[in-house]
Amino acid sequence: MWAFTLRRLLYAVPVLLGVSMLVFALIHLAPGDVVDILVPPEVPKEIADSLRQRFHLDEQLYVQYVAWLGRLMVGDFGVSFFTGRPVAEELFGALGNTLVLALPAAVLGFLLGIALGALAAYNHGTWLDKLFSATAIIGVSLPHYWVGIVLVAIFAVVLNLLPAQGMGFEGLPTSWEHVQHLVLPVVTLSLIPMGVISRLVRANVLEILSQEFVGTLHAKGLFSRRVLYHTLKNAAPSALALMGLQFGYLLGGSILVETVFNWPGSGGLMNLAIFRRDVPVLSATIVVLAAIFVVINILVDVLQALLDPRMRR
Amino acid sequence: MSQVLANLPRATEPVVSVEDLHVRFLLREATVAAINGVSFDLEAGQVLGILGESGSGKSVTLRSLMRLLPPARTRTEGRIRIAGHEITAMDETALRHVRGAKVAMIFQEPMVALDPVFTIGVQIAETIVRHEGISYSAANQRALELLEMVQIPSAARRLKSYPHEMSGGMRQRAMIALALSCRPTVLLADEPTTALDVTVQIQIILLLRQLQQELGMAVIFVTHDVGVAIEVADRIAVMYAGRFVEVGPTEKVIDTPAHPYTAALLTSTVLGSTFGRRLEAIPGTPPDLRALPAGCSFAPRCRHAQDRCRVHMPPEAVLAPGRITRCVRVADGELDLGSPNLSERSIAKP
Ligand SMILES: Nc1ncnc2c1ncn2[C@@H]1O[C@H](COP(=O)(O)OP(=O)(O)OP(=O)(O)O)[C@@H](O)[C@H]1O
Ligand SMILES: [Mg+2]
Repeated sequence: MWAFTLRRLLYAVPVLLGVSMLVFALIHLAPGDVVDILVPPEVPKEIADSLRQRFHLDEQLYVQYVAWLGRLMVGDFGVSFFTGRPVAEELFGALGNTLVLALPAAVLGFLLGIALGALAAYNHGTWLDKLFSATAIIGVSLPHYWVGIVLVAIFAVVLNLLPAQGMGFEGLPTSWEHVQHLVLPVVTLSLIPMGVISRLVRANVLEILSQEFVGTLHAKGLFSRRVLYHTLKNAAPSALALMGLQFGYLLGGSILVETVFNWPGSGGLMNLAIFRRDVPVLSATIVVLAAIFVVINILVDVLQALLDPRMRR
Repeated sequence: MSQVLANLPRATEPVVSVEDLHVRFLLREATVAAINGVSFDLEAGQVLGILGESGSGKSVTLRSLMRLLPPARTRTEGRIRIAGHEITAMDETALRHVRGAKVAMIFQEPMVALDPVFTIGVQIAETIVRHEGISYSAANQRALELLEMVQIPSAARRLKSYPHEMSGGMRQRAMIALALSCRPTVLLADEPTTALDVTVQIQIILLLRQLQQELGMAVIFVTHDVGVAIEVADRIAVMYAGRFVEVGPTEKVIDTPAHPYTAALLTSTVLGSTFGRRLEAIPGTPPDLRALPAGCSFAPRCRHAQDRCRVHMPPEAVLAPGRITRCVRVADGELDLGSPNLSERSIAKP
């Protein structure tokens, strides 16, 4: 098991290296010169050139890459072209804001998804199954920014129960008032994970329930809840893989939902960086998100192998 | 106290008693009449072999004894008593106390019958904990003894193995250990050797017979294989289209079959060694359980069939105590199916 984990960790190194190259290449090879876009055309050429020099944009691309990678390694993310603030500050601030939403949204979506999926499978073919499956399909297919707007209209505008917009706090929520700000965006964001997880769990549990070993479990006289435990442990590995992906997506932030709720998260940060051609912010954000994705994947792999010995290759 | 006594099978009372069992599956397109009136008794310590073609209802019979069929689409009629328990009248919770404790099952495919993500040890121990309420470590110790009893080499290590890490024969041994973990009164074995190599088959059969004698269990042993049935069974029931068409002591059924279907089965396996051989197809097609003929369900394939065979299903005719056939012509003495001359085969038990 330890050897397996170590191997997974080692695989991550070339993956991350590849990602960093790709990100760097895509951003720097995109058409249009960064400085030309950043500075107004009436600025004299000397000033533009001095800017290029200051940000090492005049050097060979591979030299720039190696220098950038070296700085990344020691945790130096550079400063934003646009605001002049350290990238790390902007990035981790926004990522933190997103995490405050993503974590509860993931927990809510995953728990609901697992419960609905398992219940639907256990009541296969009944009206409960149809109801839960319909809920899941609606969850995946409704545009969630639209759901966000509708929720705001109902709970903030009409009922006046919850705040319509904004975080209302910095860092972590510490009071009931802060939590109220979380409710609507968290519910909105949890819809897609809920939908996809419940569909997968339903299909999975149905498949497992049709297997012969479930007959053995009943033939042994086990209680239903112990049989359920066996079923869920069998269903867990593939559900975990999907949950890892979904959590990764949530961390990437959703520009649409963040806009609806005026939430300063990583989706908004990335969007702004793209429009502003803010190369240091953009490349650091993508690399950090990719690194988080890779870490989640390793975690999922290890958990899967813990649950299912056949996956310990 | 009286409750306990009432649940103890008395010496005269059979340990399994099935009366007029009918099982139908309600499917969307049709109703499958899988079991159509099966009755039998099994004494403690006896081995009943059920022999029959694929689709004749052997597995359904076994599963209905433990009520393991999918309840939504299964309709069961008749009465089943096992070790003093009215299986057909029990609620689900009471049933779960009987399953695994009084009556246990071994399945055909040991690969798919064990949970792939739990160790063998856990799968055995959880059953013991469930029924006997002892601690997990004590149950684990018992699991180890059980693995030794079924002669699994390096049992202590195997306790921590997962099913995919074991060979087919080893898995079936583990399955037997699991089934015997709570000392059941009745063991149901559904083709426990069909999925195994011939040499492994023989080992498993010998092991099962030895354990059956040591523990004094009653066993119902389902098989395709005449040789295996001869090897293990005290009595044989021949199944066709969801009915026992012939029941009797093993030697009698083999030497002097009392139903044309039994005779056909035996002649189709008469050549060469019977051991490890599947039944060969007999002429004609197996019956369609969605629309059984009014008369004897074997009549369409029977060389001896007459008009009257096609009118009513022949009732069970008792030829001798414990010897039953469902053939009117044999019962009336019109047909002597005679001996298929099996004397040179190894009916004698080693
Ligand atoms: N759960 C079920 N739903 C619907 N039909 C079923 C079900 N289980 C069994 N049957 C049908 O009942 C009939 C008897 O099946 P059964 O499995 O008892 O045959 P078998 O004698 O055990 O055959 P084999 O030797 O192939 O195992 C078959 O026609 C089968 O299709
Ligand atoms: Mg079968």
